[in-house]
Amino acid sequence: MVKLLQQYFQRDRGGNSMLGILLFISVMVPVLNLVVPESSVFHVSTYTVTLIGKYLTFALLALAVDLIWGYCGIMSLGHGAFFALGGYAMGMYLMRQIGDRGVYGNPELPDFMVFLNWSELPWYWSGFDMFWFAMLMVIVVPGLLAFVFGWLAFRSRVTGVYLSIITQALTYALMLAFFRNEMGFGGNNGLTDFKDILGYSLQSDFTRASLFAASAIILALAYLLSRYIINSKLGRVVVAIRDAEDRTRFIAYRVEYYKLWLFVVSAILAGMAGALYVPQVGIINPGEFSPLNSIELVIWVAIGGRGTLYGAVAGAVLVNFSKTWFTGILPEGWIFALGALFVVVTIYLPRGLVGIMNRKQAAQT
Amino acid sequence: MNMIRKLKVVKYALIGAALSFSAQVQAGDTIKVGVLHSLSGTMAISESTLKDTVLMMIDEQNKAGGVMGKQLEAVVVDPASNWPLFAEKTRELISKKKVDVIFGCWTSVSRKSVLPVLEELNGLLFYPVQYEGEESSKNVFYTGAAPNQQAIPAVDYLMNDLEVERWVLAGTDYVYPRTTNKILEAYLKAKGVKSKDIMINYTPFGHSDWQSIVSDIKKFGSRGKKTAVVSTINGDANVPFYKELGNQGITADNIPVVAFSVGEEELSGIDTKPLVGHLAAWNYFMSVDADVNNEFIKSWQKFVKNKKRVSNDPMEATYIGFKMWVKAVEKAGTTDTDAVEKAMIGIAVPNLTGGIATMMPNHHLTKPVLIGEIQEDGQFEVVWKTNGTVVGDAWSDFLPGSKDLISDWRAPLACGNYNVKTGKCSGQNF
Amino acid sequence: MASGLILLQGACAKQEPKMNQSSAANQISSGILYASRALLLLLTGLIVAWIFTSTALADEVGFEQAVQQLTTRKFRDKEKAVKQLADIQDKRTLPVLQALLDARLYYRKSDKRVVIVVPIDGQYQLSDPLNGEQLGTAAKRQLKKIGINNKLRKLLKAKLASLSLESPDVEVRLAAVEQMLGHLDEAQADYITRLAEQEQDEDVRDAMGSALALHQLEHGSDEQRLQAISLLSGNLSQVVNNHLQALLEKNEQGEFLETNTTLRKAASRALDLISSRLQINSIIETTFFGLSLGSVLLLAAIGLAITFGVMGVINMAHGELIMLGAYTTYLVQSAMPNYTDLSLIVAVPAAFIVSGLFGIMIERFVIRHLYGRPLETLLATFGVSLILQQLVRTVISAQNVAVSNPSWMSGSWQINAALSLTYNRLFIFIFAMVVFVALLLILKKTALGLQVRAVSQNRPMAQAMGIRSGWVDAMTFGLGSGVAGIAGVALSQLTNVGPNMGQAYIIDSFMVVVFGGVGNLWGTFVGALSLGAANKFIEPWSGAVLAKIIVLVFIIMFIQKYPRGLFPQKGRSAEN
Repeated sequence: MVKLLQQYFQRDRGGNSMLGILLFISVMVPVLNLVVPESSVFHVSTYTVTLIGKYLTFALLALAVDLIWGYCGIMSLGHGAFFALGGYAMGMYLMRQIGDRGVYGNPELPDFMVFLNWSELPWYWSGFDMFWFAMLMVIVVPGLLAFVFGWLAFRSRVTGVYLSIITQALTYALMLAFFRNEMGFGGNNGLTDFKDILGYSLQSDFTRASLFAASAIILALAYLLSRYIINSKLGRVVVAIRDAEDRTRFIAYRVEYYKLWLFVVSAILAGMAGALYVPQVGIINPGEFSPLNSIELVIWVAIGGRGTLYGAVAGAVLVNFSKTWFTGILPEGWIFALGALFVVVTIYLPRGLVGIMNRKQAAQT
Repeated sequence: MNMIRKLKVVKYALIGAALSFSAQVQAGDTIKVGVLHSLSGTMAISESTLKDTVLMMIDEQNKAGGVMGKQLEAVVVDPASNWPLFAEKTRELISKKKVDVIFGCWTSVSRKSVLPVLEELNGLLFYPVQYEGEESSKNVFYTGAAPNQQAIPAVDYLMNDLEVERWVLAGTDYVYPRTTNKILEAYLKAKGVKSKDIMINYTPFGHSDWQSIVSDIKKFGSRGKKTAVVSTINGDANVPFYKELGNQGITADNIPVVAFSVGEEELSGIDTKPLVGHLAAWNYFMSVDADVNNEFIKSWQKFVKNKKRVSNDPMEATYIGFKMWVKAVEKAGTTDTDAVEKAMIGIAVPNLTGGIATMMPNHHLTKPVLIGEIQEDGQFEVVWKTNGTVVGDAWSDFLPGSKDLISDWRAPLACGNYNVKTGKCSGQNF
Repeated sequence: MASGLILLQGACAKQEPKMNQSSAANQISSGILYASRALLLLLTGLIVAWIFTSTALADEVGFEQAVQQLTTRKFRDKEKAVKQLADIQDKRTLPVLQALLDARLYYRKSDKRVVIVVPIDGQYQLSDPLNGEQLGTAAKRQLKKIGINNKLRKLLKAKLASLSLESPDVEVRLAAVEQMLGHLDEAQADYITRLAEQEQDEDVRDAMGSALALHQLEHGSDEQRLQAISLLSGNLSQVVNNHLQALLEKNEQGEFLETNTTLRKAASRALDLISSRLQINSIIETTFFGLSLGSVLLLAAIGLAITFGVMGVINMAHGELIMLGAYTTYLVQSAMPNYTDLSLIVAVPAAFIVSGLFGIMIERFVIRHLYGRPLETLLATFGVSLILQQLVRTVISAQNVAVSNPSWMSGSWQINAALSLTYNRLFIFIFAMVVFVALLLILKKTALGLQVRAVSQNRPMAQAMGIRSGWVDAMTFGLGSGVAGIAGVALSQLTNVGPNMGQAYIIDSFMVVVFGGVGNLWGTFVGALSLGAANKFIEPWSGAVLAKIIVLVFIIMFIQKYPRGLFPQKGRSAEN
């Protein structure tokens, strides 16, 4: 048994090292931020904590995309939608926590409803003052949408490019819908000016560090879950579907059910990423539904290396890190660098950065 | 060996990021000025101009000896029209780059995104764009117009001078048009305009097919009563809107359109021939003949090395904000946020139209309101202006939610949203 | 040409004094005029000379004063001056007022002398409005424009209309009558009655009839009013509609303001007829709006139908190729500033070449490496689109640029009083059809088309037959991209030209191609037009935003039911 477990872990060295790093930073970063005094060289600033925390939620999102794209060949250009829906569910909880501390002091209605003369809270906002309900919605809303959408799409065998394009239409339609002020989600401004979560102020370093640790741990758990799924029998079938869908169908696997199941899991992971993202950046707005965001996150996965879960994580962190870095040092030219990066990686590194490592490795052995 | 190589991939990504971001505070002998305007993405069209304006002001100030004997240093970042990124960059500017003041933001959502960070880290922001009001933060100075400094005078002009009786309120579906139109609707009804004489229409961002809406406006406007369109249509959607107006034969003399988001810069991207006579309400026009304005335009065109570049209202707001900040720092003798904030109230500097802008206790300015007609050369000709200046009102008197709120940041009240009925000051973040 | 027009208008203005003035001299002169139109030119010359020498000396001073009065800064005083000018009945009034309206009336800063200007090569050629004397040229800064506001503009148009009722140009006469519709005074009504008797053109006569009927409806006896209503019945003009509607209005107690029941009944019958006609018109209008939107979608999508449909490449930079086409239009226009009308025609091939070359470059440097991996072309071309956008931002400007409409694409085609179709939309619709047919012919009838189809159906076999598939790929992609560039030329006439403009069209284009059925140009055609029409028919009751969402949801549902679109490709190649 121990040996089996050992083997299981040995097969995925990249993943293991990533898990190690995640556990390490989930403890060390909060400690270095909270305990070590600011004057010390080892101090990690709150800015860095929220920044890396944001990267981690993006990494979770990339993981969700890699799960279906890398292993099942479903290229969703609408995963930003699940992320944003999870984010909105969390945002609604945080809005309700403001209570009467909004600028108008209305105990019931969020500020944006007050000045647009809403008289009462719309029905779909009820329940979001309870944390457990909001968390349930973080899972249920993206999951349900993915279920309905996937059920329709996979049953009628919408595949490949077609699927990509209708997922894009999905997120685009949702973006337009959330932009409408009548929807009751704050329109273009979205939800913002949050005060606290579970009674802890969002502006305190302690809450930030906790959210950071939570992101790291949930990412690690999601990684373990994804690895478990792809190593299970189901995972093998899924890979078979990716490589030869028709053949898998001919040997009597109900392809659409496998796809649907994986799609829903992936959407839920994306939703959780959104829920972790919102309290750390402090705003959720319809821009997150933008089709461009969804395309970009597929690119993170491609750059990291699709079909290797830790590659997706690395890709997400790397691209976002370079974005932060470039926008700081090259405010006018960073888009050229980013664009060139996308082109070069897709052409010359079809297996992503992980691919380079593997190739070098193969050359050496 | 394999282990180590694979480790590297992830390590570069995670640890590398962490290390390079650990704070490195550099104590310099300069005063740092943060510039937070989008240089890429959809807002770059408007915002990149303001970045250049701030850089020009800093340049001029440095040539004139800086502030308190210290040189100013610009720290430019690109929030890339991405609202969460605005918050992140603000945190970077304040806690990492240690800037003393930030000039930035254009859209309301970017300001809303930045606001919690400013209040948490006690930063200072000068916001230079006309907006919907309904806000007054300790850490923000609003140098653009509030609705009562733009929308309401414009409607007054249409009503009194052009005898308009029917109103089309057309806007892009976001918070500024929504709020402005709510205010205008309440205002018009208070003036006795009936509901059937008001048509309200919202369109999505970047709307490009205006055929049906313009045709509706045309029908609405041909009922025998003088009709005007009050447009809060945003940025990119304006060009196809005006083109459609021109082609469907709606000219300024039958149905004038008064816009609050169309200035010289937007016009420079439009063929203005069909638009002649349509109106815009601002607090500044490039065409205003004042010495200080002519000088400003001259140095601006020199700075960007383009004789054809225009100036516009948000640039004036940036100019005023910058001059005020310099004066306040010199008055306070320090760049410390709290001291500068206190010093700011009551600071008066000349505006570019030959008047004086004063910072009020609610962190808004006094501004003249000008109405201009579009000319063929893309400039505005002023056809009406207020006598003297109008005080910016943070909380509109025409919205039920905010009519009881006032803002006064002087002691002892020191509150941005004091409710005169309940005597409460809610929602402060410091 | 412009000065010729002014001369013509001047000539017709000469008749003006004879119509309204009560002096005996004028009545005599108008009698002569009516008697013999053939002698018109000769006689007017004589008569005008005579008028000036006898009666108009007092007016001469008034005219000069009024013209000088225009230089005031106060709009109220300018208004007075305009009214005074229009009342003076002078042949020179019309050119002055017209120049004022067209922003060609200036005064010299040095001596405040009012001049009419004609811009020539950055200089202004001046002429005196008082005696037509040429005053040489002057630079812009030596002059100051006499500004007008909307109120003045309206007044000017009204005054000019009554001054141009006798213009030899039918269009001008018609416009003049329409301008006056609904607000005639007694004198004008008499004047028009007289004019109507000898009006040759049927449309103008009808319009005059309506104007007079409307006047009668206001001021006539009950008998005349009833007659007027029957004449106006079915008239689509909104002014007529308003006046008829006014007959049916009630006061606050719920009583009719109009007491005559017969009149009310007649009016409501007339209105019924009008509203049923308007209904038909509005359906035609909405259909046109839909087809126009559809043609824009078609133009944007058709290039994609080639690169995506035929080659299987997902080109996310397609929108940027459209943008390059639009920028080419801008550059062509700035290169030939004096030939706006012509520049658009030059821009079409130029844009095709520019976007086509960029397309070929993208194909050679990027896409070539990615055949067989359609999803990855998406990622790489997304990078290309970012680069192209930023390139335009850096090289040209982050701001939008102004592309002007040529005169033949401005304005609208007035079919009847309630229905007009804008020329730019009309031309773009026709243009889209032409592009579509041309592409169809290229793919069906040319050697290149044959090779393209061969390669897209079976690449190895095509290569075995000696087709240089690499070359065909490059050409196909160039063709698709070039068509995107042409679409950019058309879009530059409708919307703004800026670095982000491509983004607005990329998603819609993909929807159209997928909805229509990949690999089928007819599918794209039907898809684009039907989506455009659907959008416009939904919009009136749902609003623009919801209409778009509804159409998107519809496409999603449709694809899920019919994964291969409206016109699925048949055969083996469709399965892969």
